[in-house]
Amino acid sequence: MSVLVFTLIILIGSYFAGLLGSLTGLGGGVVIIPLLTIILNVDIHYAIGASLVSVIATSSGSAAAYVKEGITNMRLGMFLEIATTTGAMVGAILAIYIPTHYIAILFGLILISSAIISLQKKVEHITVQKSYLAQKLKLNSSYPTPAGVVEYSVGKVGGGFFMMLFAGVISGLLGIGSGALKVIAMDSIMRIPFKVSTTTSNFMIGVTASASAVVYLQRGYISPGLSMPVVIGVMLGALTGSKILVNTPSSKWLRWVFAIVVTFLAGQMIYNGVTGKI
Amino acid sequence: MVYRQKNMSKFKDKDIQLLIGQVLRAGTVLSVSIVFLGGIFYLYRHGHALASYKPFIGVPDFVQHSPGIFYSAFSLKGQAIIQLGIILLIATPIMRVICSAIGFVLEKDYLYTCISILVLCIIFISMISGHAG
Repeated sequence: MSVLVFTLIILIGSYFAGLLGSLTGLGGGVVIIPLLTIILNVDIHYAIGASLVSVIATSSGSAAAYVKEGITNMRLGMFLEIATTTGAMVGAILAIYIPTHYIAILFGLILISSAIISLQKKVEHITVQKSYLAQKLKLNSSYPTPAGVVEYSVGKVGGGFFMMLFAGVISGLLGIGSGALKVIAMDSIMRIPFKVSTTTSNFMIGVTASASAVVYLQRGYISPGLSMPVVIGVMLGALTGSKILVNTPSSKWLRWVFAIVVTFLAGQMIYNGVTGKI
Repeated sequence: MVYRQKNMSKFKDKDIQLLIGQVLRAGTVLSVSIVFLGGIFYLYRHGHALASYKPFIGVPDFVQHSPGIFYSAFSLKGQAIIQLGIILLIATPIMRVICSAIGFVLEKDYLYTCISILVLCIIFISMISGHAG
């Protein structure tokens, strides 16, 4: 097919990926990569490169909004970025050497895990426990709510750090934001309030993706003709999604629809990886 | 005295957050606009060509190497313009980390100044390692 038609298809597909991704919080990358590799027959390296760039765009765009509200914990973000960027660099280098069908299979598995995690009931813990590391690293903070300023403290810093290392590797290897993994690290392990973990995670995703994107850039994995419609489409979709989100609360059924779609795509990725088509 | 200090650092925190938000937004908007502009040039010239992304062959030389990109961008080669936009996009979060580092220096938070610089070093190493091998 011609470049023009190809580009338009990607533009539309990326728009919906960005829209769904922002409405459900799972990110557009998870849909874009299967879309490109399975349906449009794009080599997975190009697909991951394009997805990674779009992740930077959406993360930076939305982080811009949240930081102003003062909910993001910048010190926590900065500290954990040591882990995520190191992981991202490792992941990107691994991506160069690991055969693509393994990447496809791993992608499918992580996708399914993310879908399952996103469907689970989230329990918010606000602890005011005293963690030595958290105090030393000035991680404990507060955030504004309609009811007033809420103080919180950060637990299990070491555990969170290692989870972030893993999240970084996955992000670098698969070209996704790993928002789900980052939120697990902060919600469950470090016991941080949701709003803080979501906004801080968003804040970190951009830098993490940049750390691996520089490797991909050098290696010629980022194709301009392909990345262009992906970035534009996802940005527009995410913009629309955030506008919708402000007016309507997130619905359970949408999350289920997304989880089913994602699981189906994951299955396809795993199948194609196993049969060697990717 | 401690109350005063805590208030002062919260105030500076807000300023830095505002700056960071602006840097992120400006960087994103500018880079995506450049990508879009490049896209128009690219489609104008190559819209009728056959789209082929299955064999992995890297990217064309004029997009890959630094002096080449600027020269090609000024010759209005769409792909080069797009790639410049992408490079700017990748640089945006990195610039944000630099802003954070400056903010921490202003707050005299030397621990976090070091942490920010560490993150920048990791990214720099990542850049170099991508080149080698």
